[in-house]
Amino acid sequence: MKFAVIVFPGSNCDIDMYHAIKDELGEEVEYVWHDAEDLSGYDGILLPGGFSYGDYLRCGAIARFSNVMKEVVKAAGEGKPVLGVCNGFQILLEAGLLPGAMQRNTNLKFMCRTVGLRIENNETMFTNGFVPNETIKIPIAHGEGNYYCDDETYEQLKENGQIAFTYAGTNPNGSRGDIAGIINEKGNVLGMMPHPERAVDALLGSADGLKLFQSIVKHWRDSNVVTA
Amino acid sequence: MMKVKIYVTLRESVLDPQGTAVKSSLHAMNYTEVQDVRIGKYLEVTMEPTERPLDEVVKEMCEKLLANTVIEDFEYEVEEAVTR
Repeated sequence: MKFAVIVFPGSNCDIDMYHAIKDELGEEVEYVWHDAEDLSGYDGILLPGGFSYGDYLRCGAIARFSNVMKEVVKAAGEGKPVLGVCNGFQILLEAGLLPGAMQRNTNLKFMCRTVGLRIENNETMFTNGFVPNETIKIPIAHGEGNYYCDDETYEQLKENGQIAFTYAGTNPNGSRGDIAGIINEKGNVLGMMPHPERAVDALLGSADGLKLFQSIVKHWRDSNVVTA
Repeated sequence: MMKVKIYVTLRESVLDPQGTAVKSSLHAMNYTEVQDVRIGKYLEVTMEPTERPLDEVVKEMCEKLLANTVIEDFEYEVEEAVTR
């Protein structure tokens, strides 16, 4: 399976993401610059964390109009897995690939720590390697992870099983319904504030994030590799 | 040239963590009259005459980029121009 890590000016988790895929997951991966014209050669698209375009105006607001995003929208439409982490999640929201919006953390602080995440739905292409209601440890690092959506959207998210992860224990940012990560209705676009790419090796404190990437590969193999 | 003054504010239904912190601070300074504080953005956009109606262009810019209409509202006023 071949992944693209999209690099915007101001991305700063792109190298972690690349490392997670190449060295820990053992799959193919390439950096793709924000002005790229074509993502057809990739099976999975990864939008890393950071501060694209300095977070000017709103987090993700400017990155959402970069050239490569047309291709990301296209890939999402084709059903390819698209994962946005942290700033990547914010970009997916701004692009309208996921519903809702981000606000400042309610305590107005940049929160940087390892948190517990509850797997709310383990039947997605991103979470099939987890057990229902399992709690995993993944680091967060954000100032604007306070997920907001209106009542109607929240009910839909719950009804469709679109809430992939919630914060277990204390909610670090005030997000609605303790939401840490959501998928789109079709199930192939995941946005999450915690950083699975920073939890891919026990040496880093947790290897729980690796299962997320393994889930993507498993789903891809099940649907693309013909076994005799 | 036209100067367009754009105000982007959080929707009423959306809590404003920054505004809440500023309100607490004002209360701590004994401005007990303060009922509520909402923080928004103010943008000044200088524009050349547009082919399409100016309102149409400004609204479009606000909806596409300058405001996130999931959580924000916008208002604007147009000032005639700025000579060089």
